[in-house]
Amino acid sequence: MPIKTEPFYLNLGPQHPSTHGVFRLRVELDGEVIVNVEPIIGYLHRGIEKLAETRTYTQVIPLTDRLDYVASMTNNLAYCLSVEKLAGIKVPERAEYLRVIFSELMRLANHFLAIGAFLNDCGALATPLIYMWREREKIVDLCEMTCGQRLLFNYMRVGGVSQDVPEEFMPALKKFVAEMPKFIGEYEQLIKQNEIFLARTKGVGILPKETAINIGASGPVLRGSGVNWDIRKKDPYSIYERFDFEVPTGEVGDCYDRFWVRLREMRQSVRILEQAIVQIPAKGPTWADVPQFFRPPAGEAYGHIEAPKGNLGFYVVSDGSIAPYRVHIFPPSLINVTALADMAIGWKVADLIIIFGSIDVVLGEIDR
Amino acid sequence: MTLLDQFQKMLMTAGLPDWAAYLVPALVGIILIIAVSLTLVIIFIWWERRLLGRFQLRLGPNRCGPEGILQPVATGLKLLLKEDIVPAKADKILHFLAPIVVFVPVLMIFAVVPVSEGAILANLNIGIVYVIAISSISTIGIFMAAWGSSNKFALISGMRTVAQMVSYELPVVLSIVGVGLVTGSFSMLSIVQAQSIPFILLMPLGGVIFFLGCLAEMNRSPFDLLEADSEIVAGYHTEYSGMKFAMFFMGEYGVALAYSAVIATLFLGGWSGPLLPPVIWFLIKVVLVFSFTVWMRATLPRLRVDQLMAFAWKGLLPMAVINLVIIAIEVLVVPASMLWLMVILNFAFAAVLVLLWSRLFTLGGGRVEV
Amino acid sequence: MTVVTSGEDLAKKIAEAIPGSVISSDKTSVMVDAAKLAQVAEFLKNTPGLDFNYLNFATAVDYIDYFELVYRLLSMEHNHSLVLKTRCYDRENPTVPSIVSLWRGAYFQEREMFDMFGIKFEGHPDLRRLLTWEGFKGYPLRRDYL
Repeated sequence: MPIKTEPFYLNLGPQHPSTHGVFRLRVELDGEVIVNVEPIIGYLHRGIEKLAETRTYTQVIPLTDRLDYVASMTNNLAYCLSVEKLAGIKVPERAEYLRVIFSELMRLANHFLAIGAFLNDCGALATPLIYMWREREKIVDLCEMTCGQRLLFNYMRVGGVSQDVPEEFMPALKKFVAEMPKFIGEYEQLIKQNEIFLARTKGVGILPKETAINIGASGPVLRGSGVNWDIRKKDPYSIYERFDFEVPTGEVGDCYDRFWVRLREMRQSVRILEQAIVQIPAKGPTWADVPQFFRPPAGEAYGHIEAPKGNLGFYVVSDGSIAPYRVHIFPPSLINVTALADMAIGWKVADLIIIFGSIDVVLGEIDR
Repeated sequence: MTLLDQFQKMLMTAGLPDWAAYLVPALVGIILIIAVSLTLVIIFIWWERRLLGRFQLRLGPNRCGPEGILQPVATGLKLLLKEDIVPAKADKILHFLAPIVVFVPVLMIFAVVPVSEGAILANLNIGIVYVIAISSISTIGIFMAAWGSSNKFALISGMRTVAQMVSYELPVVLSIVGVGLVTGSFSMLSIVQAQSIPFILLMPLGGVIFFLGCLAEMNRSPFDLLEADSEIVAGYHTEYSGMKFAMFFMGEYGVALAYSAVIATLFLGGWSGPLLPPVIWFLIKVVLVFSFTVWMRATLPRLRVDQLMAFAWKGLLPMAVINLVIIAIEVLVVPASMLWLMVILNFAFAAVLVLLWSRLFTLGGGRVEV
Repeated sequence: MTVVTSGEDLAKKIAEAIPGSVISSDKTSVMVDAAKLAQVAEFLKNTPGLDFNYLNFATAVDYIDYFELVYRLLSMEHNHSLVLKTRCYDRENPTVPSIVSLWRGAYFQEREMFDMFGIKFEGHPDLRRLLTWEGFKGYPLRRDYL
């Protein structure tokens, strides 16, 4: 006589230790096997797009900080790029180099947190997280030296950056960059060959290449599936053509590949930083003198960057006044989460947490 | 002759009636054990938090009392003062009884742990089997907590509990039988007295299997899926607060202490050692084993439930059976004076088996076609 | 470098394949008729040489007389991009065919457009509000809300 079972619904509710924010997943479980996954979002919706319509172009920049609050300067950069495209403003050399330096620092900071939180979800209590946090503290200290803030920086401006770096910044940055490869090598050694970690992540949550492209995934999720698509190489913005770096890709598209892509990306970021420190002009203006209430010509522009989580884009429409007519924020995390059902069905509850951690979402971006 | 037996004889010659001479040493022993073990549990909580902090590049608690020694007391006080919340749909009786059923067997294990020469509460001749039997009662308590909470996360945790605890009993028991074969008895006192060479050297594979099985029984990393913080919030004790949660908490550290003491007795030689008094040696060994478990907790990620089961049934169990057969043959063949031969043979067999298993055996499982 | 395909050339190709669809075009974008959006999208995706297999983003703007939907398509193989636009003049009950069957990335974005503007997408498997709660009245990003 067959045993009658029925699937039950579990709410990995808005409050959960591992959902990287207020994210709700309605999971249909058959025992411990996942049958269906449905993400429900909107718990952090603050209406940034609507708020942006009633603020001047410069006043929107602090709003953009709150999107991906883990690596906030990249959001500023994406927005400023779009507005500069719209208004045709040219950014001075030193400001471009400073932007690149801070973008790569933000990429490092984000990947430290992403990998640390991923390992925390795997169950390694908090030890890798705290080791990664130690490095992130150094980056945050560098940023505090520059703009006074530790989390939501509000540093980039339309036409450059808000202020120049102080004198102690460059020596501190050089010291940081010199020690980084050793630390990344240390983490690689500690984590990469760990049996239990490999058993938990290899082959788990595979995202096939075709699905990844169809969904429109970007960032390490797309590159982990084997697609060589990095906006810094394919559609360069700012001065990225002057730097020499590689784009790591994975093979299979499982959690391990995404983790491994992020780790190698950190090494490439250090490479870019080394080149930028050498090439940066010693003096120069850091901001094109843009008037406080500037009015770009009516039109629209779309600027996108390779944020640490993927392809972050801003679509800005202007009608000639001091405030934008419409700002649409295109978040990589929202699109990457579309793939969650594909990746998670058939696995167990424990894997769901790991798969979700490997996509690396931040709710500020998804909900805006 | 245990110390308590001598005390009883002394009381009888002093003129007390038989029943009083039996009862007084028993009461003294029980009170001593409960007091000392609970104090040790508190010290171990402090030790674990400091050690874990050092592994994680930070200091542990160091504000409350000198070097933070009063931190667990502060935790206990806080938990005492918290409101005791029972979910509305919970099964009241199960919810109430579960902490008791989990905590009391832990205290009972200490009845057969020999602290020093003859210092044991009850020298049962089935000593170690008693430990295993009693600790299985805690499993029922955990499942009662999981079921009675009427919480889906707790339910998942409860299902995992039953699977994990039952699976890991087998390798543990088989290792114990190996120890029993070499000793000739299951009584804890005789096991310590038979260890001219500590059994960890004499049967390394058995020791390792027993240690891993005990980790799983204790629900400690890497087998702590029952209370996997990052997956099922807090597992079976999600819905507990206040003193009931404190009982689970102390029960967890109590069972860690108990099993560390059992491992120190069975495999490391109990109280034996040169120079220092036996009690000190015993404490050192217990702290060593406990620190090793804390080290594993700090560094290893956790297994998934089907990988856990595969590890128990396909990995540990066959190795435990083969280990038992090898030890049985050696006990028959090797004369008692050439124990070093047994050491060398066992190390060789352990190396071969571990290498073979790491080649052949994968932590399988994987995707289920839905 | 992602080449921005010339809107005018593409407009000619689209007009040949699906007559009556192109309304206007300029250097970077093509504006098509809302009713024929799905066919144009399929043509753009499946024609060899165009191969727009990656949807970059999908959004809408409220110009008070009409809603303008903007899609940006990319081809990974050829590394060229195109902006596809369409307009919806109905304010009470705007309806546009859905492109979820072609690019699954539009699943959440179309739900968001429905939530924020009230634009309904035919053929979307599960059109519900995304960011606001169920039972919310009104469409926040319209110009006449608040």
